[in-house]
Amino acid sequence: MRFQTLRQLAELCERESKTIAALMTEEQAQESGEPAEKAIGRMTEYYRIMKEAVRKGITENVVSHSGLTGGDAKKVADYAANGEPSVGEWPAKAMAYALSVSEVNASMGRIIATPTAGSCGILPGVLVSSQERYGWDDDKMVQGLFCAGAIGYVIANNSFISGAEGGCQAEIGSAIGMAAGCLVELRGGSPTQVIHGVGLALKNTLGLICDPVAGLVEVPCIVRNGLGAVNALAAADMALAGMRSVIPSDEVIGVMREIGGTMPMEHRETALGGLAQTPTGRKLAEQLRQEQR
Amino acid sequence: MRFKDVFSIIGPAMIGPSSSHTAGAVRIGRAARRLFGRQPAEAVVTLYGSFAETYAGHGTDRAIAGGLLDYDTDDVRLPNALEEAERQGLRISFRTGVGMGPHPNYARIELRDEHGTAEMSGASIGGGNIQVVSINGFDVGCSGMYPTLVVTAADRQGVLASLTRVVSDAGLNIGYMMVDRKARDGEAMTVIEVDARPPETLLQEVRRLPHVTELAVIDLTSGS
Repeated sequence: MRFQTLRQLAELCERESKTIAALMTEEQAQESGEPAEKAIGRMTEYYRIMKEAVRKGITENVVSHSGLTGGDAKKVADYAANGEPSVGEWPAKAMAYALSVSEVNASMGRIIATPTAGSCGILPGVLVSSQERYGWDDDKMVQGLFCAGAIGYVIANNSFISGAEGGCQAEIGSAIGMAAGCLVELRGGSPTQVIHGVGLALKNTLGLICDPVAGLVEVPCIVRNGLGAVNALAAADMALAGMRSVIPSDEVIGVMREIGGTMPMEHRETALGGLAQTPTGRKLAEQLRQEQR
Repeated sequence: MRFKDVFSIIGPAMIGPSSSHTAGAVRIGRAARRLFGRQPAEAVVTLYGSFAETYAGHGTDRAIAGGLLDYDTDDVRLPNALEEAERQGLRISFRTGVGMGPHPNYARIELRDEHGTAEMSGASIGGGNIQVVSINGFDVGCSGMYPTLVVTAADRQGVLASLTRVVSDAGLNIGYMMVDRKARDGEAMTVIEVDARPPETLLQEVRRLPHVTELAVIDLTSGS
């Protein structure tokens, strides 16, 4: 890849008059030594799996492998359709879809890690709801995934994308940044606006710890996916309105690395701290241990 | 760079619930299986750090078993991999290691059958991506996302030159290479990532090179 930072990415795109999606598609072809059509085909299949997971969680009563979670995506989807959601109809749908994919993941169903399984709901939540809202075709959505991939590539190589290394900010935070950035591009924002969208989004999850109850990718992961989708929409709107990230986005990524590197082991996916060690968190973990025996 | 392309960020397609503990664990198991070159009769898996703390809830044991059976990350048989391994006569025992490994999600896998043994340690670094960090006691570093030649040879002058020459003559470009030796003039290991699938003729040529004692190929990009 010819870029290592978001700033380099935006400068390359602006110099060559390309979208981030187009540049990333070319860079992928160069890196793999295979024609771009092959990567586009694989990404199209990934998008199909994302839509399949969205549909599954809002039409079936998905229950997690542990029995701890499930069925919430359907509730929120029904509420979004019939009630008058406080966040508005489309953000509520994005939220329902994100919860849906995340519940399918917890049920040992098939998903696409974006960038991880713990954060797999946010991109499909934002992309599938936006596709319905704006009437975009699948080809455009696949471009969105290449743009999101470029953003994630920079974050992953300059910081972390796993909760075990950098806490939840590295998973949910990265996914929100990727989703916000690619939505800015899909809605016609410039590469520079995309980059600002990423920074605005990332700042809001800095410091978020990874504290899964009983060590499972369920509580609080699923709810963070639902809320993360709404955050991504909001950050994209700020960037599209012309708002800038005062601290440059690459510096925000550096801060995420600094925080993740100093985060205590208890708050990095080990289930030894945070929500996992609340009285209820401990009780649930103990119950599951008993059931496994 | 730890993450090399768009599909290390978007993807893999996988069975949940955790990209580090499930998909990454499948790939660590599968890399060990490919290193061994066949299905082993017995596997001893030692889990460290977050793998050790939370493996049951994430199905890390099922995932590694699936990898040892050569399943891919989105194989729908993964949830039943432990039962399938048992049915096929592959005995797998899981242990938790003492203390932290060199990475929060880390596993060491020892494989054996009547013909031989192999040992591999790998870290799951996020999003289903892995780093193989040691093979048979040698420190290495490869991802399995490129076809990878694992060459054991005596530590002698000219071995590397002849290795890189036959790889070049086969028309393959080397993207990454690492060498470690146990002692001067002792046993050495060379790990070579190449940009395309190595032809069988190249593998035969490498095996015939002076001082080369063993060759394995780890390649998680292909189906078999």
